[in-house]
Amino acid sequence: MDQFVIKPLFGDEGLGLFTVTNQTLWLAIGVLIAFALFALPTRNATLVPGRMQSVAESLYMFVRKMVADVLGEEGAKYFPYIFTVFVFIMISNVAGLIPTSFTTTSHIAVTGVLALTVFISVTVIGFVKHGAHFITLFWVKSAPTVALRCVLFLIELISYFVRPLSHSVRLAGNMMAGHAVLKVFAAFVPALGIAGIIPIGAMTGMFALELLVAFVQAYIFTILTCVYLNDALHMH
Amino acid sequence: MGLFISAAQAATEAVGIEEGVEHGGEHGSAGLPQLDLASFPSQIFWLVVALVVLYLMFTRVVLPRIGGIIEERHDAIEDDLDRAADFKRRAEEAEAAWQKALADARAEAQAIADATKAEIQKEIDAAVAKADAEIAAKTAESETRIAEVRAEASAAVKEVAQDVAAALAEAVAPGAADPAALSAAVSKRVEG
Repeated sequence: MDQFVIKPLFGDEGLGLFTVTNQTLWLAIGVLIAFALFALPTRNATLVPGRMQSVAESLYMFVRKMVADVLGEEGAKYFPYIFTVFVFIMISNVAGLIPTSFTTTSHIAVTGVLALTVFISVTVIGFVKHGAHFITLFWVKSAPTVALRCVLFLIELISYFVRPLSHSVRLAGNMMAGHAVLKVFAAFVPALGIAGIIPIGAMTGMFALELLVAFVQAYIFTILTCVYLNDALHMH
Repeated sequence: MGLFISAAQAATEAVGIEEGVEHGGEHGSAGLPQLDLASFPSQIFWLVVALVVLYLMFTRVVLPRIGGIIEERHDAIEDDLDRAADFKRRAEEAEAAWQKALADARAEAQAIADATKAEIQKEIDAAVAKADAEIAAKTAESETRIAEVRAEASAAVKEVAQDVAAALAEAVAPGAADPAALSAAVSKRVEG
């Protein structure tokens, strides 16, 4: 589990608020990758895009389309934030796959902040837009009896408050499990000697799977953010 | 033997993950690093810093650039389509104008041909009329001449007949014939 340990980069003092850790380093590397991926190729943007500009534009259009599909016209306001979240998670997930690197999104503190931000914004936006009427989000009108509606109200309410937990644990858990499994297989390699080629082969396949998981989890986190925001904007 | 020990260690570590998930809270730093609350302030602080930097970079620089270029491309394509439609319209106009010019030219050529034909017809008619008149004049002249010749001939015949009749009468009964009665009888016979 030592690949998940957070340790100060300089000195050996305890972890304070401003302590620069290995996680800080990889957050910074993530920001630099985002800079290289989006800011640099679009510096001299051309009508006919180059390779890197195409990549930046495809990601832009991908998130933009997702926001438009789920949130409609009103979603344009939230697009920059959703785009930031998507790019941050995607880059963190993928950069975390580099051997000996650190995966920032494998930490519940990181994904928890992201999920709580969404949860709090959704709640605030919901009450600002709909007032006390927002409570009816939990009142299932399609249920036939009042008693059933009361039960469903309780279930919906609980599920609403569990959202940030599932939202954050899903991402952190996926990232952590993938890396832990790779680590376990890696531990078998020196132990098995020449037969270590077998776990190496398995790891190669698993690495490809983890790469897919890295993108899929970024996508899932982002689309869930959109879906939750949609609840606040349009109810249902 | 050592080989198996290492493998066993790795396996123990794998099991440790599950234990860490379940008992992480109690174990603290000894369990999952993810649940080490001491690292949370630093983690959250730097995460917020990174997110704010990313957000500012995207909203200030990247998104306007990409949005702008996509918009520009959209406009350029729209412009090109408009221009193409304009060119098409102009080509159609040019074709229509050409067709009209062609039709006009044809009509003009037809008119010129008709006029020329009419003119030539007129000339032919005039020439024919003139020729007809000439022929008529010549015919009339010839007829008068023929009439004259015939009158002369018939006069000559009458004279010869009278002379012959007088000579016959003289020969048959000299001095008995009346020249005036003889001449009248001959004339009557010749003309009748």
